[in-house]
Amino acid sequence: MKKTAQRIYLALIFVFLYAPIVTLMVLSFNGSKFRTKWDGFSTKWYVQLFRNEQIMSALYNTLAIGLLSALFATVLGTAACIGIHAMKKKSRMVWMGITNIPMLNAEIVTGISLMLLFIAFGVNFGFMTILLGHITFNIPYVILSVMPKLRQTDKATYEAAMDLGASPVKAFFKVVFPDILPGVLSGFLLSFTMSLDDFVITHFVKGAGVDTLSTKIYAEVRKGIKPEMYALSTIMFVSVLLLLLIINRPSRKKPQKSAV
Amino acid sequence: MRKKLIAGPYMLWAIAFILIPLAMVFYYGLTDKNGSFTLSNIASISSPEALKSLVLALGLSLLSTVICLILAYPLAMILNNLKVNQNSFIVLIFILPMWMNFLLRTMAWQTLLEKTGVINQLLGLLHLPPLNIINTPTAIVLGMVYNFLPFMVLPIYNVLVKIDPNVVHAARDLGANGFTTFVKIIFPLSLPGVISGITMVFVPSLTTFVISDLLGGGKILLIGNVIEQEFKQVNNWHVGSGLSIVLMIFIIISMFITNKYDRDGEGAVL
Repeated sequence: MKKTAQRIYLALIFVFLYAPIVTLMVLSFNGSKFRTKWDGFSTKWYVQLFRNEQIMSALYNTLAIGLLSALFATVLGTAACIGIHAMKKKSRMVWMGITNIPMLNAEIVTGISLMLLFIAFGVNFGFMTILLGHITFNIPYVILSVMPKLRQTDKATYEAAMDLGASPVKAFFKVVFPDILPGVLSGFLLSFTMSLDDFVITHFVKGAGVDTLSTKIYAEVRKGIKPEMYALSTIMFVSVLLLLLIINRPSRKKPQKSAV
Repeated sequence: MRKKLIAGPYMLWAIAFILIPLAMVFYYGLTDKNGSFTLSNIASISSPEALKSLVLALGLSLLSTVICLILAYPLAMILNNLKVNQNSFIVLIFILPMWMNFLLRTMAWQTLLEKTGVINQLLGLLHLPPLNIINTPTAIVLGMVYNFLPFMVLPIYNVLVKIDPNVVHAARDLGANGFTTFVKIIFPLSLPGVISGITMVFVPSLTTFVISDLLGGGKILLIGNVIEQEFKQVNNWHVGSGLSIVLMIFIIISMFITNKYDRDGEGAVL
């Protein structure tokens, strides 16, 4: 009896979470322009989507910014971890505290703060400002992925490598790096995912004419939802699903605020 | 010594893109157009429009947080009782939606709720009266709950998994019934997860402008919408920054409460 009630509860929440997503997916294959009428299976919205130059350029920006920001954030973040790890407790706390600011602060405040910075320094809003913004909010994810791995490493093996004549750089890449590699990779993938998903910060640091998929969707949805958007949703949902299956460590997701 | 220098580029980056921008929000928030000190930007929160939006945002986000908690706690307990691996597919299913594009999830509800939307079509087929909640606060709460529910489930589940089953067994052996065990043992031990779930739902709900924009039809303004408009439409950065400072005060209050209860805090954020 209790088991059945529990199953029903799980099923209800499952429906609540996935019914909207499935609806979008079904509508993306609807031949009719009106979502209220089913007009047979069709892939025409997908065809139109790929012919829409604006959406395609938004897609290009999204992927380019995602990859570049994840790459820069991973390099900067991993280096930061090594440095911060070697610091004394007090300065380590200070820098980790600063690292937490973008994660704990509201996205809207991070967004406007960067917007004010770029205005003050006369930077033209565009691809570059979005990239800088994304690197900024991605670095903390890398640090929080790499730091635990770095803490688990044994200092003795690194010192042993140096005693045996390896240079610090060689000792690092031969001994420490393989141990923290899983953290570095998950930091990279996490950053990439966060970058693809971001809307709020991009909204404030983007210039006119430069869009990512998120800002493009926002603009389109405010004008009225077109079926191409359903096709786009389906593609994005499926891509995220695949990406997550690759990372496949749900308990480590969003380490930031999960605070436990 | 040399090792610390490797953090140098990040330290410069953090100063340039985290600390200075934040300082600028405070600078703009505390000065007027001539650059002299003023508190009037912060005081503009008491203007009828801003105050109304802040009160509404607080109300709706508190309501969403409570609903999320009520829905998520039993869910987390059931998932925990399944005794499956933390990385198992069934757990993943309930966490996964938080990785799907936020705008698309909100758009999905717009599609469902619209006057001629999917839900009303289905109701029409069944000859039931239509549901008119699009562009109402109810729709916004629904959007918040839908978007942020996984953020409540995940931390609570993570804490429940870590509770030593022997503690629960001991309570039962000593004569506590299921209810007492829950109230005296399980719930207090899960409190850190509950608290961090609350912040993870409350802060984004309080500060959102997207959900209210898409599901409120642009007519219901939350504090996030007012700030967004100050920056994107009115171009009054001083007032916008002043309101942001007010918003940050609420975030700091909620973080303060979190840190007080979250014993694992250090391990988590560091």
